[in-house]
Amino acid sequence: MVKGESPFMKYLRRDRLPTIFCAGCGNGIVMNTFFNGMEMAEVDFDNLILVSGIGCSSRIPGYVACDSLHTTHGRPISFATGIKLANPEHDVAVFSGDGDAAAIGGNHLIHGARRNIDITVVCINNSIYGMTGGQISPTSPKGSYGTTAPYGALERPFSLADLVTAAGGTYVARWTTAHPIQLSKAIKYGLQNKGFSFIEVISQCPTYYGRKNKLRSPIDMLNWMKESSINKRRADKMEEEELQEKIIVGEFQKKPEPEFTEKLCKLLEEQCVTGKPTAIRSAYQED
Amino acid sequence: MITVNENLCKGCNLCTEFCPQKVYKESEKLGKKGIHVPVPVDEEKCKKCGLCALMCPDQAIRVDEEDNDE
Repeated sequence: MVKGESPFMKYLRRDRLPTIFCAGCGNGIVMNTFFNGMEMAEVDFDNLILVSGIGCSSRIPGYVACDSLHTTHGRPISFATGIKLANPEHDVAVFSGDGDAAAIGGNHLIHGARRNIDITVVCINNSIYGMTGGQISPTSPKGSYGTTAPYGALERPFSLADLVTAAGGTYVARWTTAHPIQLSKAIKYGLQNKGFSFIEVISQCPTYYGRKNKLRSPIDMLNWMKESSINKRRADKMEEEELQEKIIVGEFQKKPEPEFTEKLCKLLEEQCVTGKPTAIRSAYQED
Repeated sequence: MITVNENLCKGCNLCTEFCPQKVYKESEKLGKKGIHVPVPVDEEKCKKCGLCALMCPDQAIRVDEEDNDE
């Protein structure tokens, strides 16, 4: 290790740095917390595959020195399902933005959760379409401004954590980039959990969301997140009117359930007539 | 010992704001990229919690337990 280097530099592709992210972008913080959570969960880095779709946050796997897949818009969970089914021994994680996971890939998200396949989805929700110029996304808070909502967004936002909980995810948590330690722990549980884990990270986009919503600097945005976040246990006892414009953080779901690849492998072994159900998987493994 | 990599820092100054001990300070003069790189001015106050390294979006900060200058 080179002297004076960040402890997370060993996981990164050095020749690609510095990242293209804007100054103060939350994606870098999510990267650090993911490595931190990965170290805590004792995941083998060589066994990890990162999958991403399209968006600012989906550029993260390109900077990480492990096997990674940059896929079509909204489909990272489908590709991850394929990887996991081809060889269930891999640890598969998906980095996705709010436009990728909630807008174009919303159906893949809920069906991944319904299937309860063992992948960890880290959804970096910056409440706006940052890469394309600050349009309103499905998770933009009501009344927030964007280039397509000069008078404020009229629609209600998606609560992704609640959506995935309802769809059947077995570990669901939401934190913000202002809570890096709690977020690392959530990523640790997500990687350890056998089943569909969804970690929603409320992140800052100072360039578009911040500039349009009077939170010009990343410091203002993180302070806003810190002030307006409220833990789920406390929020459950409060009225709906009190929770307007608040960010509910915490664990939404933690309930182990039978996992999809395990069920499928069991079925293969039961139904295989040639007596060698592992033949498909052995094609991906070394002799 | 705190090291800030000037080649990676983009000058967002999240570390100056979110350090619990307020160790960092924005530098007066511009760095070689034309940004105000944070400087650890009060290093003796540092408790080595490593929050700055975790919060740095550009992986530019390293906090060492010991002062290994040799």
